[in-house]
Amino acid sequence: MRISMDLELKDTPGQLMHVLTPISDLGGNITSVVHHHDKKTFRNTVPVSVILEIDEQTLGELQDGLEQNGVTIVRVGKMRLRATTHILLIGHIIHTDLRDTIDEIDATGFAEVQDLSLSMPAIDGPSSAVITIMATGDKELKTSIGILRQIAERKDLLIIEPLDERGSPGGTSNGE
Amino acid sequence: MGNSLSPLTLSIIGFGAIGQGVATIVQNVPQIKVVAIADSKGVALMPDLKDVLARKRGGQPIANSNLTALDVIRTIDHDVVVEVTPTNIDGGEPGLTHVREALKNKRNVVTSNKGPLVAAFDELTQLAYTNGVALRYEATVGGAMPIVNLIRDTLAGARVLDIRGVLNGTCNYILTRMAEEALDYDQVLSEAQDMGIAEADPTYDVTGIDTACKVVILANAFFGRSATFADVDVTGIDRITQDALQLARQRGFAVKLVGDVQELTVSPKLVPIGHPLNVSGTLNAASILTDTAGEITVAGKGAGSIETASAILSDILSVMRDRS
Repeated sequence: MRISMDLELKDTPGQLMHVLTPISDLGGNITSVVHHHDKKTFRNTVPVSVILEIDEQTLGELQDGLEQNGVTIVRVGKMRLRATTHILLIGHIIHTDLRDTIDEIDATGFAEVQDLSLSMPAIDGPSSAVITIMATGDKELKTSIGILRQIAERKDLLIIEPLDERGSPGGTSNGE
Repeated sequence: MGNSLSPLTLSIIGFGAIGQGVATIVQNVPQIKVVAIADSKGVALMPDLKDVLARKRGGQPIANSNLTALDVIRTIDHDVVVEVTPTNIDGGEPGLTHVREALKNKRNVVTSNKGPLVAAFDELTQLAYTNGVALRYEATVGGAMPIVNLIRDTLAGARVLDIRGVLNGTCNYILTRMAEEALDYDQVLSEAQDMGIAEADPTYDVTGIDTACKVVILANAFFGRSATFADVDVTGIDRITQDALQLARQRGFAVKLVGDVQELTVSPKLVPIGHPLNVSGTLNAASILTDTAGEITVAGKGAGSIETASAILSDILSVMRDRS
């Protein structure tokens, strides 16, 4: 399952190895690592957020391993993908490397391609696809649509996005 | 200008489908007197409407004078110039000169012609203001569907935050048929051309130009922009495949060409099947987002000579009300 972790590392070279080694030893797959050098704590540690895929049973073992390496675990969260949308793509989707398009979304760590249906009427004709993207939140979903938009432009694909949902009167959000 | 008891006098400049529609419906309005009709070949002065309509349909000339359209606008004393020549996106002529001259000569203008408004919106509204006359253009957006006057009059108390719309009947017809009958784009386009829903050269509609013109007019009218066609980011429907429409449908969406006035964009969008903008066939629809009234959606016939003429008549009657 997908896990997000907020950690704190000592501000000395080589600390990241203490995080990466236990993850890789336990067969985890790292999706994203962000060093917040600009947000150094008063303890003189650097916050790091890591998003990874790992078997739920080995999560406890991973936490132990990290602590033994002197890594402070601030927060562990199981990420749920809450926001979802569908996007249509039309053009030479296969020729332009579909795998690559999906990977770019998945690499964000906060969004992934959950489903893809493809229709190819003729070898040389344009194909059509509908992609279902899920993300951890609405903002993340918007960002991932933005990424897809850039890919579409680069690969000369027609992208058809959903109509934006709009707020209630006064531009406020819907009661949240 | 006459008082409220004398009939309202008007000229019809342009005598294609819309001009003929106007002539047809004002026949039944006793307070309106048509003093001249101009087509591309000449001018009929003090026309008998029934006779002129019959001549036009029979392919005969309608002119009974040596005047030009501009002579009528400049020299014949009348209240309203109905400018219904075809839209020319490139510079707006000849409509732009017609509208400009009419306003300079203190005549009210009612038009369905997008060209002049897209080319010179600010100049023309300013000209109307300084000359103390009205420039009305309900028929330029959405045909019979009320939107310009709806926002200006009925929704006067609300601030408009955004307007989004399905504003081109030709595109909407093509997308609807492709989705419902699982037909290819080319097939449906030919069908639409056969039925007179699409022009022989469909570029103006299917590449989104027409929708963009309407977006420009609404942006200038209601968001104080000085936008022109070049400011709109436009994607048309000509690359859309029937497969894509089926895939969208399986997930509960229709594809519509949507103009977003605040964003100045025109592009195909996935619209949930139950959404009020999901209108079918040649219908148009617009959603107006306001601060106090929430979202208001209108739908109606976006084209057709009598339908468009109905919007023009509504503008003419407003001019008539305002002078009394």
